Amino acid sequence: MADLSTNFIGIKSPNPFWLASAPPTDKAYNVIRAFEAGWGGVVWKTLGLDPPVVNVSSRYGAVQWNGQRMAGLNNIELISDRPLRVNLDEIRQVKRDWPDRAMVVSLMVPCDEESWKYILPMVEDTGADGVELNFGCPHGMSERGMGSAVGQVPEYIQMVAAWVKQYSKLPCIVKLTPNITDVRYPARAAKAGGTDAVSLINTINSITTIDLDLMAPTPTVDGKGTHGGYCGPAVRPIALNMVAEIARDPITHGLPISAIGGIGTWRDAAEFIALGAGTVQVCTAAMHYGFRIVDDMISGLSHWMDSKGYKTIEDFRGKAIGNVTDWKYLNLKYDIKARINQDLCIKCGLCHIACEDTSHQAITAERDGKRLFEVVDAECVGCNLCMHVCPVDDCITMERVDDASFQNWTTHPNNPMSQKA
Amino acid sequence: MSRKELGDVAAGRLDAATLARHFGDVAPALSRQQALIEASRCHFCYDAPCIQACPTGIDIPGFIRGISTDNLKGAAHKILDANIFGGQCARVCPTEILCEGECVRNGPEDKPVQIGALQRYATDWVFESDTRLYSRAAPTGKRVGIVGAGPAGLACAHALAKLGHEVEVFESRAKSGGLNEYGIAAYKVVDFSAREVEWLLSIGGITVHHGSALGHDITLADLRQRFGAVFLGIGLGGVNALGVTGEHEEGVRNAVDFIAELRQAKDKGTVPVGRRVVVIGGGNTAIDAAIQSKRLGAERVTLAYRRGAETMSATSLEQAFAKEEGVTVLHFSRPVELLRKDGVLAGVRFEHTSLDSSGKLVGSGEYFTVEADVVLKAIGQALVDSGLEGPVTKNGRIVADETAPPVCRVFMRVAIVSVAKPT
Repeated sequence: MADLSTNFIGIKSPNPFWLASAPPTDKAYNVIRAFEAGWGGVVWKTLGLDPPVVNVSSRYGAVQWNGQRMAGLNNIELISDRPLRVNLDEIRQVKRDWPDRAMVVSLMVPCDEESWKYILPMVEDTGADGVELNFGCPHGMSERGMGSAVGQVPEYIQMVAAWVKQYSKLPCIVKLTPNITDVRYPARAAKAGGTDAVSLINTINSITTIDLDLMAPTPTVDGKGTHGGYCGPAVRPIALNMVAEIARDPITHGLPISAIGGIGTWRDAAEFIALGAGTVQVCTAAMHYGFRIVDDMISGLSHWMDSKGYKTIEDFRGKAIGNVTDWKYLNLKYDIKARINQDLCIKCGLCHIACEDTSHQAITAERDGKRLFEVVDAECVGCNLCMHVCPVDDCITMERVDDASFQNWTTHPNNPMSQKA
Repeated sequence: MSRKELGDVAAGRLDAATLARHFGDVAPALSRQQALIEASRCHFCYDAPCIQACPTGIDIPGFIRGISTDNLKGAAHKILDANIFGGQCARVCPTEILCEGECVRNGPEDKPVQIGALQRYATDWVFESDTRLYSRAAPTGKRVGIVGAGPAGLACAHALAKLGHEVEVFESRAKSGGLNEYGIAAYKVVDFSAREVEWLLSIGGITVHHGSALGHDITLADLRQRFGAVFLGIGLGGVNALGVTGEHEEGVRNAVDFIAELRQAKDKGTVPVGRRVVVIGGGNTAIDAAIQSKRLGAERVTLAYRRGAETMSATSLEQAFAKEEGVTVLHFSRPVELLRKDGVLAGVRFEHTSLDSSGKLVGSGEYFTVEADVVLKAIGQALVDSGLEGPVTKNGRIVADETAPPVCRVFMRVAIVSVAKPT
């Protein structure tokens, strides 16, 4: 059996599956249940300074897609609304009772040195393994100059990270907001401030739906709504890209990453680890199904690693980074054509109409008066659209037809900036 | 078989292609795409009602999640850890009254998740990829003797072998598998039981002796002497009698023997079937015998049961299936006489019955006749206690040795379950 244990910036956990800072890690009761279910660690729901924040009633909005619930989830809940002391005492007790699990504490206090200097020793005193700086929440707290309001200003990130490293010995993770143009800048700032790691993505600013009877966004609080943080399976591709951008940026390459964003299965986790993540954090999937989902995540990742001959997480961590590149380096000579397996084809015509209306008119719809879908190789550019719309597994596949030569944009004659090969 | 002694009984009533269709997989395997769509229908219920309804307590939402995440090995583990015969059960379990009957999707949609089919999908993967899921613990040096290589005996053998014990299994028949190999309708389990047994035995540490019957070739006393513990997984080898004159003469047969013959016949066209068949009984064995007679080409098949539909032990799905296959089902009809013409079976005389005010079955004194070339008896099976000396049985059940060490008691409880369960 594969060894799933991880050592992330000195924080050890029996597996890479952590629960993200969020409602599931709000208090000891939940966290103990999570550890009993097998989670490798938690990031405790964000602590702030007393008096605690106040939360509203009606906190979540969800996007349903094709009959599936919660393809995306949005929340307007703020940070922990319990007194600081209550949280700290519980953190201390849980860490003492579960010494082999990662206990990271998320923090969000005002952007001044005194506040950080005040809270850090108290956290350190609990015996927690590390801190995560919440520079990500895009709703509520950002109006008060915290959360994503900090994460959107690289200089602030660097400054606070430096304070945290100055006033605490604890390993530090900076949690990044995706609500920014280029995620490499805040990541570089975090690194410059001396952080040990970054975690991403926090939620994406969003309005999930508009209730057309109330004429108000959901979740609706007494007739009004506000923008909230979007998460769940729908945001995973965005998170994958942002993780990859940081992993392959020469300045931040090698900076430890705890990946977050729509992770619900072992496969999702493996994809982020392949892009360099050392641990993964989960929230929405647990909020949908309960903590027991970690069971299949552990068994699935372990069996998959066995099937690939990977003995430890490190054996495949980061293996996909080298294959994420800029567009200009892609091989322009690579050529694939769609192949339709007529035995499997159910003649729905989706491939034809997708290609005919929106692509390259490369799939015909009839022959000799009969309904038949065939690829016109001369027109097919190998875009894959037909393969994606085809409802039958393996009915449309792509076949490589080029002569294995290579040329990319940097040397292409159409490129005015073309370099001589 | 002489025409003098039998009525119109013949093999090969249907051509090979028709027979192949009739005895092919009645519920074919799901494709990957079908399995993924079906798996996506599972709500992943908390403390799921389907698990509570499963006699072997399989974590059903858990294994279905494994299917949907492409963790088939994890899914198979969840099934087979709970029930090593999960592959067989996926095919033969009456899921409509168990897991699928309790599925919460029955409420709003009246359409449960196809749990049996998904269980087959996950377990088929194990056998097709020939994946070893289990290995033996270090040898304990302990030896256990098991009587019967049916589901109970082999499941027990596998569990013991896993723990590192040495196991010897004594089986009276020529093949292992018991009910799975001999007692299930051919179209329910196609080319599977032997493969499943082979996979199960591949764990090692299990030796099966075929043609070794308790009371004939081996004795319990001998086994007790040779082994540290003995498990009796002997099932119900006997068949209840009708109590009608002439039931042991030509033309009258035990349904289980007919089912076994059909299961063992490579070419179903070699199995004789009557032109007119009467099956007596109300359980799934009766249904299996009736449908298979029809599918072999019998012209008229009548299934007669002495009470009403609601007390038949065959599930409503099985009853409906029989009717769909063209079997005539008679309720409140009990056989009183086997009719013979020139010594050859010609029919069965039935009496109409009803329930009196106290719920007792009474005859009405009205009679009718159903013509038959063959009568198949399927009114239940019984423990054969030959070879079970002393206080081993009580009221047709095996009595566990409660003074045995706990591990042995567990074996015996399994034995009781296996023996007491009607087949």
